[in-house]
Amino acid sequence: MKFFIAILLTALLGHAAPLYFPWWSFAVTSFIVGLFIHQKAGLAFVSGFFGIFLLFTVHTLVLDYMNDHILAAKVAAILKVGTSSITVILLSAFIGGLVSAFAAMSGSFARGKAK
Amino acid sequence: MRIIPFLLSVAATIGLVYTLNIQLSVNGGKTPKLGYLLSPQKGFWQNAEPTNTSFDEAMISDNLQGNSEVYLDDRLVPHIYATNEHDAYFIQGYLHAKFRLWQMEFQTNAAGGRLSEIMGDSSNGTNFHNIDKFFRRLGMVYGAENTLKAMEQDSGLKAACDAYTDGVNAYINSLDESSYPFEFKLLDYKPEPWTNLRTALLAKYMAWDLAGFEQDFEMTNARSIFTKEQFEALYPYQADSLDPVNPRGTVFPKRGADIIPPTLADSAYLIFKEAATAFTDIKPDYDNGSNNWAIDSSKSKSKRPILCNDPHLNLNLPSIWYEMQISAPGLNVYGASLPGAPCIVIGFNDSCAWGVTNAERDVRDYYEITFKDSTRQEYMFDSTWYTTTFRQEIIKIKGKPDDTLQIPMTVWGPVMYDTSFPDKLHTGKAYAVKWMAHEESDELKTFYQLNKAKNFEDYKSAINTYKCPGQNFAFATKNGDIALRQQGKFPAKWRRQGDFVMPGSDSTFAWRGYVPDSLNFTMHNPARGFVSSANQYPYDTSYPYYLGGKYPLYRGILINRLLTNMHDATVDSMQQMQNNNYNLFAEMARPVLLRFMYDNTLSGDEQKYLDTFKAWNLRNDAASEATTIFNLWWDSLKVIVYGDELGQSQLPLVMPQKSTLLESMIKDSVKLFADDINTTEKETIADDVNAAFKKIIPEVKLMDEEDRLAWGKFKNSGVLHLLKIPSLSRLNLFAGGGEDIINAYKQYNGPSWKMIVELTDDINAYAIYPGGQSGNPGSKYYDAFIDDYIAGRYYKLLFTDKATLQKQTTLKGKITFSKSRQTT
Repeated sequence: MKFFIAILLTALLGHAAPLYFPWWSFAVTSFIVGLFIHQKAGLAFVSGFFGIFLLFTVHTLVLDYMNDHILAAKVAAILKVGTSSITVILLSAFIGGLVSAFAAMSGSFARGKAK
Repeated sequence: MRIIPFLLSVAATIGLVYTLNIQLSVNGGKTPKLGYLLSPQKGFWQNAEPTNTSFDEAMISDNLQGNSEVYLDDRLVPHIYATNEHDAYFIQGYLHAKFRLWQMEFQTNAAGGRLSEIMGDSSNGTNFHNIDKFFRRLGMVYGAENTLKAMEQDSGLKAACDAYTDGVNAYINSLDESSYPFEFKLLDYKPEPWTNLRTALLAKYMAWDLAGFEQDFEMTNARSIFTKEQFEALYPYQADSLDPVNPRGTVFPKRGADIIPPTLADSAYLIFKEAATAFTDIKPDYDNGSNNWAIDSSKSKSKRPILCNDPHLNLNLPSIWYEMQISAPGLNVYGASLPGAPCIVIGFNDSCAWGVTNAERDVRDYYEITFKDSTRQEYMFDSTWYTTTFRQEIIKIKGKPDDTLQIPMTVWGPVMYDTSFPDKLHTGKAYAVKWMAHEESDELKTFYQLNKAKNFEDYKSAINTYKCPGQNFAFATKNGDIALRQQGKFPAKWRRQGDFVMPGSDSTFAWRGYVPDSLNFTMHNPARGFVSSANQYPYDTSYPYYLGGKYPLYRGILINRLLTNMHDATVDSMQQMQNNNYNLFAEMARPVLLRFMYDNTLSGDEQKYLDTFKAWNLRNDAASEATTIFNLWWDSLKVIVYGDELGQSQLPLVMPQKSTLLESMIKDSVKLFADDINTTEKETIADDVNAAFKKIIPEVKLMDEEDRLAWGKFKNSGVLHLLKIPSLSRLNLFAGGGEDIINAYKQYNGPSWKMIVELTDDINAYAIYPGGQSGNPGSKYYDAFIDDYIAGRYYKLLFTDKATLQKQTTLKGKITFSKSRQTT
């Protein structure tokens, strides 16, 4: 249960924070979620990762679909990761997820050992 | 708390965020800030414009005076209905910024020598620092400052520029990190406030593009290799087949004393076979040029004039042009505008239409400067030491300390090359540059007035202050006038003045004033029923002043031939003419080539491709294989004929023009350079023609086997993004046309705006350009016109009033502009 709440909160706060603060501000919110929803470090890492990974995947999928894949396909070529928008969607989500995962794990460590 | 794992984990998080928040150096270039770029809320995803997006918006600004509306039609062309002129230009600035901000910034940064601020000192093999130095020392900023002075002296124009700048800034101020245009995110920098100086820099950018081409250093080098006779044969002044803009037969006043060469010219200047030289390696495209023509009522089916114009420029994305209608009390104009400047540059209003082509004349020269010593504090001029002034300009470089330039200023202008900015060949000498674009002048005022012109008198008064780059202004009115005038401020030159670097210590080599305005031709309702220009020489050699510059020949001949025979012309005839792929040069060259061919010596393959060439319909159509064969053959012939002569110098020289070779072949004259000076045999032109043909056959055969021989594939046209990033460009377009063709579409250069205006009561206008209205690569409007452009299609222009436009069902948005919220 905690795990899913952590994912949900990570996603919600991770969406809200960068609307007002820098792009990386979701790292701070993921840290806070890791701090308050106390899980074992590994679980915090995984929930932190998926919270943002899923959020970014859904968000970028919608933007990409509305855009008919025009820009993401061009960015894929610029970043030399093929010509499909899907790779850029996964790359965005993975990078976001990774930052969030480490931040959430830091939050967990800040509390000490969870049961 | 588990201190050590906590610290490690926090360090990993911070390290990760830090790495994703900086630009990394990879393969000589910089990556974007990946975390920012890929952020769904802030990064490029925010530029992924929904394809069904609506551009409805309510814009409120204290800088507005009334309430105005803009309707965006189905192609995203804005139609501005402003309640006053001030607001019209404010709105134009706002819209330019909304759809083209990055392009406006980037082009004016390039013109002002500020690319290293954005790109770093070098990236992917391009030395931006050097490019910046080049433009600074050429005096682009100096010229823009002078232009700004002139712009701001005219109260009407100043008000328009101020309103325009306010409009651009209103848009910039509405932006945040997430809404910056895509390229700002990619290159990691921010838009800065717009200024009137930037508008002036854009004018200099156009001057550079259209009056920046010169070969003074290459010609100086040629003078040291060739005798005078050889030089005149290789680089003749005007061709026999010329059909000048101003028809032959005009009687001009006799040459004045002002164009007699200095007494020292023969011994000190027109010396051949001597002197070392320098070399400039940044040039605008050689083929920047244009077509324009207008026919009068005697030639059109509707009995009204039709005006056509297609300016040939580098074809870029975002496109150089932005299409729009601007209306306000006393103003109702439609056409192509330049993002970064107010007004319409090429277009029409409810009374008349106009279009421009480049006058091509040489208005940029170099003078060798003798400094007293290495401090450059004094230089020799007419046997006296003059004090140098210095212009300080700072080049900011991303990630590095600033570079402060001290540019010496002389009576001629800025010293472009010296030991602190050596020419490429390191002659160690100093050269000042004198350029018409440095002068205080106000080109924008011409367009400002043309936008409101009602008749021929208004046209003349609008263009008579125009100085640089010199242009041929074509004009037509609803009440039947057609006109063409070459307008510009041109130095009065003696023969060959400025073709080579001149001695800077001798005032007799200075420009002796300017060509009188009365000697710039005006054609008004000529008996032949049409006016036209295609960058050819404006006059034949009876014209008393030396023109300098470089002039293409064949487009002008063909246009005049077609127009002479034209009757009952319609918009459709004009579309066909702008898309005409007929190769007049090939028409003249083919019989000459075939005359010299030894038919019986050919192999099977050679015969086959020669037959293809013989059967050619002389059109540069995309599918034509003969066009490719002809172009390869001619290039091969030029190298065989001239390669040995040009090979005498390691320094750069100019390949003679194709008309020079063709005309000497037609006349079989002694001016042919057929013999290879490196062999003992005596080659004839027939030997050269056959050798040139046989040389290309293996390549032709290979391309044929790989299905690459069609002209459209060989030419491989495209429209390049300003940063030359392939995925932001449109490449591998299968298109016809080419050099010397009316449809002048080469690889990346060609008709950048094709416009046809029939001056009927309700103006009947068509146009297209190879781009799209939006500068955002994430918009479906970014390159929306390119496929139609390649297919030779046009769009009917919606030049109409507000009530009619409101009823359009395919509108893409309505933007309201008002001073305060209550009035929306």
